Amino acid sequence: MIGLALAIALQVGSKQFTESVILAEITVQALRSAGVEANHRRELGGTRVLWEALRARQIDVYPEYTGTIVEELLGGQRDLAGALDRLGMRAGGGLGFEDTYAIGMRRGESERLGIRSLSDLARQRNLEIGLTNEFVRRRDGWPRLREVYGFSDAHVRGMQHELAYRALRTGGIAATDLYSTDAEIQAGDLIVLEDDRRAFPRYDAVLLHRADLPDAAARALARLEGAISAREMIAMNARALIERVPEAQVASDFLRAKLGVASSGASRGALRRVAGRTAEHLFLVAVSLAAAIALAIPLGVLAWRHARVGQAILAAAGVIQTIPSLALLVFMIPLLGIGAGPAIVALFLYSLLPILRGTHAGLAGIAPELRESAEALGLPRSEVLRRIELPLAAPSILSGIKTAAVIDVGTATLGALIGAGGYGQSILTGIRLADTGLILEGAIPAGVMALAVQGAFDLIERALVPRGLRG
Amino acid sequence: MIAALNGIEQAEHLPARGLGHRMLYAFHCNSSTAKVGSYGARGEVPPGRGSPGRPAQARFGAVTDVFETSGVMKSYGRAFVVGPIDFSVPPGTTTALIGPSGAGKSTLLRMLNGLIWPDSGTVRFRGRPLAAGELQEIRRQIGYVVQGGALFPHLDVRGNVSLVARWLQWHPTKIAARIEELAAIARLPRDALRRLPRQLSGGQAQRVSLMRALMLDPDVLLLDEPLGALDPMTRFDLQEDLRDAFARLKKTVVMVTHDLAEAAFLAAQAVLLRDGRIAQQAPVEELARAPADEFVARFVRAHRRSP
Repeated sequence: MIGLALAIALQVGSKQFTESVILAEITVQALRSAGVEANHRRELGGTRVLWEALRARQIDVYPEYTGTIVEELLGGQRDLAGALDRLGMRAGGGLGFEDTYAIGMRRGESERLGIRSLSDLARQRNLEIGLTNEFVRRRDGWPRLREVYGFSDAHVRGMQHELAYRALRTGGIAATDLYSTDAEIQAGDLIVLEDDRRAFPRYDAVLLHRADLPDAAARALARLEGAISAREMIAMNARALIERVPEAQVASDFLRAKLGVASSGASRGALRRVAGRTAEHLFLVAVSLAAAIALAIPLGVLAWRHARVGQAILAAAGVIQTIPSLALLVFMIPLLGIGAGPAIVALFLYSLLPILRGTHAGLAGIAPELRESAEALGLPRSEVLRRIELPLAAPSILSGIKTAAVIDVGTATLGALIGAGGYGQSILTGIRLADTGLILEGAIPAGVMALAVQGAFDLIERALVPRGLRG
Repeated sequence: MIAALNGIEQAEHLPARGLGHRMLYAFHCNSSTAKVGSYGARGEVPPGRGSPGRPAQARFGAVTDVFETSGVMKSYGRAFVVGPIDFSVPPGTTTALIGPSGAGKSTLLRMLNGLIWPDSGTVRFRGRPLAAGELQEIRRQIGYVVQGGALFPHLDVRGNVSLVARWLQWHPTKIAARIEELAAIARLPRDALRRLPRQLSGGQAQRVSLMRALMLDPDVLLLDEPLGALDPMTRFDLQEDLRDAFARLKKTVVMVTHDLAEAAFLAAQAVLLRDGRIAQQAPVEELARAPADEFVARFVRAHRRSP
């Protein structure tokens, strides 16, 4: 039923940073107030994930920036509209503000040293500059600045965004890259250096969407064009990040004040939020684990009966296990899109090996004289398996399942990276907002669930493992 | 080891102790040809599920051997080769496979019920070559007992004993009655029936293992060192009980033992193996009286002297 509702409703995606979430929330509420069913698929990931999701029609629209589209997604093609059109996509007119890469400094230091532009900064060879890792790598980032302004790498350090801001405030570094609409610019009394040689491309905020949106939806999106100024965006970012107002509330306040649109941005209470996340998380774990049990036990039996096939099966499952979970999740996007589906498939793949190993080891560990005696009874193989071998292997199989389940509960938190929901969603949002409470709201229930799953399996073990094999 | 010494003594009087019926059948076996037994095989219909067949009478009045091997060989790498072995087991006899460790006794025994498949040669059961497709049915006609009992630890005594009967969908009252009967035969105390294998003594486990093997009332029993893991007194008791049971139930028995005295006590015929080949095959007392070669003589001497 949920699937059906999702299929009909328009899917609005957002990236894992506050501005993107606010813009997506504004889009969703604007669509709904125009009578178009819409859902917000929050914080799905980075540019690549959203782009793939849009191309796979898992989402219909998400906020993006023109510079990112040109530089990152279209490989430098200048004809933005034409290139998108060929892909069946469209970027609406700008939302009204630019969120460009910029280099920022503390106001006091910039005045003391007389640095107003990037050219001024490039002449100061002894200042420590802290840059985010993505900025250092991106073609339109540091490499471009080096080329245009002749910066040297001597005093450049790669660091994480939040840490860079903290270092800038405490004087550990003199300058860092930032987004021109960051809330910290006002809050931290920073100034943005002028890009006097126009090194950065334009980063106009747009709503990137598939070309064949229903008319009502297209009209609703068009109403947002030119509606948001840079000042308003900075203010909204500050409300969400610094005052901790929920994004939905920020968005609905903006729509009411600016466009006279009444929309509900009521956010759920913490308890209902945790309950919802728990349901999502359990769903991911239960479905993936059930599927893994259903496949891995027969495969384990097969692997044990046919040594050569068995080696291949165990090796394949071992290889899957070595793929980093994050990479596996991202590999799933082009194949299965985003949401619970690909997350379940990834978790399923991870669960196979422990159960497979448990089954194989349990069967292989049966004493040879017991196996022989079983064989000598003259029962069909399937009966020997059911009445003797599987019961004897039960402790090992169950401990494999238990391991898989506990790993599943932990790994499922990463599912939030591709829009599968669960406790990981709280953790991701908490990290983005630097909200420890929200992080714990995801982390503590995840830990509790892992313990509960362990306990549940201990009970199942007591019920299923024959008395003669215990203790 | 009183039992062992007694064994030799008693063996010499075997026919006088009511086991004479075994002698009705010629024990024909040597590495050459005698294959009288296979005549009766043709046209014999395999018995149905759960109803162990009786030895078929041959057309010419001869009796079909229960087992007959011809030229069977099994190699485990170059170092350990069993065979070629030709021998046969007439119905109603008790045959002991004896010999030092690694002589191939257990391998030969396991080839009889297809647990080990020979690299070459044929094994016949009641005149028909063992076929993979019929193994399950054949095995239900052959009780199998190994050292230590190999009871399934997850099932209690009843569960172990009744495993196949339950699959055959015997009526529960029939199963219960049969278990009572077997407990009497195997002299297992009734209160042990509900116990798990780990709650049984070594001797009890071995008795339960015998009950499991006898559940479907097979005509044939294969025993691999059935008393090997037991202390001397338990062993003594069980030897007596086994001999009584064999005599009373008129089973065809092939058992592996490394103990000549035990072989003498329980079996009319002995097959002495050495390095995978038959060194001598004869009634046990004849091994002592007329050893075929120096190895046989030494084997017998070693057992006479052992404590």
